[in-house]
Amino acid sequence: MNQATAVRKRHHRPFVNLVLARFREFSREPAAIFWVYVFPLILVVALGAAFRDRPVSGLTVVLADGPGADATRRALESEPRLETRIVDADRAYDRLRTGQADLMIVVDPSAAPRYEYLFDPTQAASLLTREMANSVLQRAARPDPHAIRDRPLDEPGTRYIDFLVPGLLGLGLLGGGLWGVGYAIVDMRIRKLLKRYLATPMRRGHFLGAIMASRLLFTISEVVLLLIFSRLFFGVTSRGSYLAVAVLILLGAFQFSGIGLLVASRARTIETLSGLMNAVMLPMWIGSGLFFPIERFPGIVQPLLRLLPLTPLIAGLRGVMLEGAGLWAVVPQMGLILLWGVATFALALRIFRWT
Amino acid sequence: MPLAVCCSELRKTYPGKPPVEAVRGIDLEVSEGECFGVLGPNGAGKTTLIEILEGLMPATSGDVSLLGMRWTDQPDAIREQIGISLQETRFSDKLNVWETLSLFRSFYRRGIEPEEAIARVSLQEKTDAWVKDLSGGQRQRLAVATALIGDPALLFLDEPTTGLDPHSRRELWDIIRGCRQQGRTTVLTTHYMEEAERLCDRVAIVDRGRIIALGSPRELIARLGGDHVVEFSLGPDLPLPACSPEKWQDLPAVTGFRYDGQVVHLSVTEPHVVLPALLARIERHAWRLASLTTRHASLDDVFVVLTGHAMDETEAEERAV
Ligand SMILES: Nc1ncnc2c1ncn2[C@@H]1O[C@H](COP(=O)(O)OP(=O)(O)OP(=O)(O)O)[C@@H](O)[C@H]1O
Ligand SMILES: [Mg+2]
Repeated sequence: MNQATAVRKRHHRPFVNLVLARFREFSREPAAIFWVYVFPLILVVALGAAFRDRPVSGLTVVLADGPGADATRRALESEPRLETRIVDADRAYDRLRTGQADLMIVVDPSAAPRYEYLFDPTQAASLLTREMANSVLQRAARPDPHAIRDRPLDEPGTRYIDFLVPGLLGLGLLGGGLWGVGYAIVDMRIRKLLKRYLATPMRRGHFLGAIMASRLLFTISEVVLLLIFSRLFFGVTSRGSYLAVAVLILLGAFQFSGIGLLVASRARTIETLSGLMNAVMLPMWIGSGLFFPIERFPGIVQPLLRLLPLTPLIAGLRGVMLEGAGLWAVVPQMGLILLWGVATFALALRIFRWT
Repeated sequence: MPLAVCCSELRKTYPGKPPVEAVRGIDLEVSEGECFGVLGPNGAGKTTLIEILEGLMPATSGDVSLLGMRWTDQPDAIREQIGISLQETRFSDKLNVWETLSLFRSFYRRGIEPEEAIARVSLQEKTDAWVKDLSGGQRQRLAVATALIGDPALLFLDEPTTGLDPHSRRELWDIIRGCRQQGRTTVLTTHYMEEAERLCDRVAIVDRGRIIALGSPRELIARLGGDHVVEFSLGPDLPLPACSPEKWQDLPAVTGFRYDGQVVHLSVTEPHVVLPALLARIERHAWRLASLTTRHASLDDVFVVLTGHAMDETEAEERAV
């Protein structure tokens, strides 16, 4: 009797059943699990390694603009393997942090430590550049060596990997949301399963909601894994609260599920879907500041790039993780993300094709 | 008797260049408890018709009501009471039979347990098998089971037996007969005349978007004028005079003549009367008989008489145009 009621109750929950079905399908797809969970980790390792083992040719030094910078550059030019540039202090620091420069030198001709060396001690090239630059400068100063000060950027939050991880989190959410939702829907459309569902009393909202909810859970577990992994292997942590990180991730997952739904709302073949997906994702891969700050793009396109769905997500995550921003500080980013999610979901519901 | 399905002046034109008039004015009334067959060649418009009835696509014009309700007024009430199987659905590969049915069950307010649906289509052994590991016939039965899961008053089955071997086809016939015995109304489409004759109370023969004949299989066959068909050919070359209807129509008990280029088909009321006379005439002309068979008339013959071509010739003809 009790069991019968339980069974009957279960029947009345189409939403739960739909989510359950997605879970079952997903967990029985080893290839999907690889691409969703293992691939991003491989990507982190590969990128981490790539930025460690840069060839020693073309070591770059950035000099913070100021008195004495010019003289220092001339001194460094005697070492042909060093390429030296003078830029303003903020730009110089950015370049160092994002791996575009190996060493940053701040010169103060009138002070006791005359040279301040900023470098990334996790990168061999960075250490080497520091040694080379220092020996050139000390040779020029003989017989009295200059006082120097080392400022290794070994604190979490200051290395390139710290800059990279929020970008990869965004990338994971982007791919997971778009492909996870888009592929599932177009596949069901091709199978005429959507049409079959349409002939039942199932509520459309239950169906689309279940697809989004299950996707949300998959991608979130995926990025959490990525976070744990980068913490264990690279010591990447968040300076801001993990609650803020979680909120941003949740919003990002929602936003990209909505976009995935929209992209898949009318496509009838996987080929069409792939084309659309690439068209939608490419601008974000390039222009959302994944691997380098968007400030490096020409000034006129920057406002447009800031509107791309991935840009506010990555910016928000960096703000929290690198600069320790609180939720309040990233409200503009969250608003934009939410707007993308709601707008695409609403539009997708309107134009969705079941057959 | 109340009507389970009623439609009038149904038309569907697919937009395109040129537009395709798939359904061109169909009126249909199916009573409750009836098993109704829609019969026709490829491209006749069967699927289009049935999907309009199922509420899956809008008609260009015309009216549909199911169980006294209209799609525009009570779509959800209708969906609760109909069960369908599409001509072709591929259910999720990685769900098993029970999970698939239990998912469908959750959509309906009332219905039967997945286990019971599985038993009705005799898939007990495959309860835990993934859909991708089912044979074509088993998938077809699963599709019928999903149609039954909401305990529907009205069933729509689009070509439920296409692609099945004779044994599986018979098994599905038994399932459909079972539904009829439980008082459900069934509308099914098929290419197979034999299937319609065996299963259906009434049949609509559809060709190029129109109903060209409607009635019980018996009635339709009776309209041929004879229950039997005598087919013969003369060899090695058929003499020209033998191809003309006048040569044979005056034989006793002959009600119809058709020549398809090789074989002469005669519709007859009493084979035992016509055969001696037929043989005598052939003998008189000194023609040589290459083959001779007699059989019961079927809906195939009805189709040929009504359209002038056999069911399986339609597509070839269309392609030639
Ligand atoms: N979506 C569509 N767009 C354009 N034309 C279509 C569409 N669907 C079907 N048709 C055309 O409408 C006609 C009727 O098709 P329908 O599928 O209803 O035939 P059918 O009787 O079910 O055939 P079959 O026995 O092969 O299943 C065909 O000529 C077909 O080409
Ligand atoms: Mg069809």
